[in-house]
Amino acid sequence: MRVNPFHTALLLTPATVLILVLLVVPVAIVAAMSFTDWQFGAATLDWVGLKNYRELWTDTVFRKSLANTLLYLVVVTLGSIVIGLGAALLIESDTQLRGFYRTAFFMPVASTMIAMAVVWQFLLHPNAGLVNQMLELVGLEPHNWLNDSQLALYSLAAIGIWQMSGLALVLFLAGLKSIPQDIRDAGALDGIEHPLDRFRRITWPLLGPTTLFVVTVCAIRALQVFDTVHVLTKGGPNKATEVLLHTIYSEGFSFFRMGYASAMTVVFIAGIFFLTQLQHATMERKTHY
Amino acid sequence: MKRPSNLFRSLRHLVLMAGAVIFLMPFIWMVLTSLKPADEIFSRELSLLPTRLALVENYTLALTKVPLLRYLWNGVVVCAAILVLQILVALPAAYAFAKLEFRGKTWAWRLVLLALMIPHQATAIPIYVMLHRLGMLNTLSALIVPFSISAFGIFLMRQFFRTVPDDLVHAARLDGMSELELVWRVMLPTAIPALFAFSIFSVVWHWNDYFWPLLVISSPELATPPLGTIFFRNEEAGTNFGPLMAGTVLITAPLVLFFIAAQKRFIEGVTLTGVKG
Repeated sequence: MRVNPFHTALLLTPATVLILVLLVVPVAIVAAMSFTDWQFGAATLDWVGLKNYRELWTDTVFRKSLANTLLYLVVVTLGSIVIGLGAALLIESDTQLRGFYRTAFFMPVASTMIAMAVVWQFLLHPNAGLVNQMLELVGLEPHNWLNDSQLALYSLAAIGIWQMSGLALVLFLAGLKSIPQDIRDAGALDGIEHPLDRFRRITWPLLGPTTLFVVTVCAIRALQVFDTVHVLTKGGPNKATEVLLHTIYSEGFSFFRMGYASAMTVVFIAGIFFLTQLQHATMERKTHY
Repeated sequence: MKRPSNLFRSLRHLVLMAGAVIFLMPFIWMVLTSLKPADEIFSRELSLLPTRLALVENYTLALTKVPLLRYLWNGVVVCAAILVLQILVALPAAYAFAKLEFRGKTWAWRLVLLALMIPHQATAIPIYVMLHRLGMLNTLSALIVPFSISAFGIFLMRQFFRTVPDDLVHAARLDGMSELELVWRVMLPTAIPALFAFSIFSVVWHWNDYFWPLLVISSPELATPPLGTIFFRNEEAGTNFGPLMAGTVLITAPLVLFFIAAQKRFIEGVTLTGVKG
């Protein structure tokens, strides 16, 4: 409906102005700054064209950071999907203690990650930590989980999986609920009785779009990993846990090389945009069921 | 559907219970450790329960060594201010997109969808510089103002407002209500469930955010709970685990208790991140 344009403007102006000032223009500024050598506090800046991007390409720290981020993303997404889907199927398969299990798996999602990171630091403590104490109890080798360059990234990924599985779980539970009972009944009439058969032939195909969607949700979150890295390893030891946002943070806010950090941010934004587009595509597919 | 066999049901409990124990272990261990004195925490043999209860000293230390209650209060103020601003800004716009026709609507909507994709970390550098120029770094406003707009809030509420019958809007206009009045007195009351879900989404996000407070806040008395936790850890010895765990118990308690009290709502709100990304 059309109303007085003045009234419409009154409703829309605050939101539009803030979107431009706080979101769209800053991203444009980041893009522009990525072509300069600007350092925070410097009075002048020079256009350097693609120099920052060329430097990124040969920067071993950035390359390491990008590789670590991707590895973290794959491990965490895969782990969360497997645990989330497995738990969702098991929870749904019977009625007992459903609420309790859902709550237990979702608790990490509901808790303040930074506080829990400090708890994890304690759990993974080389001497006093529960994890090593348990390992020693059953006669296994203890490890220095966060200070061993072979292990540190996987330790962070394990914490990431612990935090994200509950989210995957509830998204899968919602997906499972949307599978009509008729289809399962029809399957049973067709002689699909064994639970594994039912999963392979009915549930999994129907859950396909949900799975793609959950993958993108987890991947977007994993790409934004920062908290655990900053609190537990600071990117170390020896850059073994350096990830994209942490590198941006160090370049931009410790070394104040804002131009260079902006170029990294552009790479980060590109990754997020790509995953978001993928997600929208999966959401459109989802509506067909 | 056929009832599962007893063997399957026991296996189901075995697997899920093992998973649940692992997932809850950090919480259990955090609470237990917050009750133990230092010598028991560092003793070589593993014991579940404290033999000497150090509840009072650990929690007293956590509350006196750093201004923990101040952090929690800052968190409440920041989250409440962000939420109020987000609602004030987003609801009128959502109404306009849902119920009104105007020139440039398609383009304006594309702008919202574009903004929806932008993660907060992406704008950190220019906004930091902006706040620096305005002399606003290290103030609570620096934690609030950058988040006053939620493109996701506009998106979500617009979807909801579209389901509100047009007749309701017409009737309100016939009663002589202005458009702005209509938003708050007619649309808002119909949107309470959606608004509740959005509020949980927003509060959980900003309560837990660490990246932004880390950038803009340097004074301990302005810290939010996550930043305060790290101040505490760095201040009070990274190894004095009893009081440290007492601190993390107090910091995680508000959201966890809220989650346990209003699970369905909470999950609804948090899973909105699925749509937001």
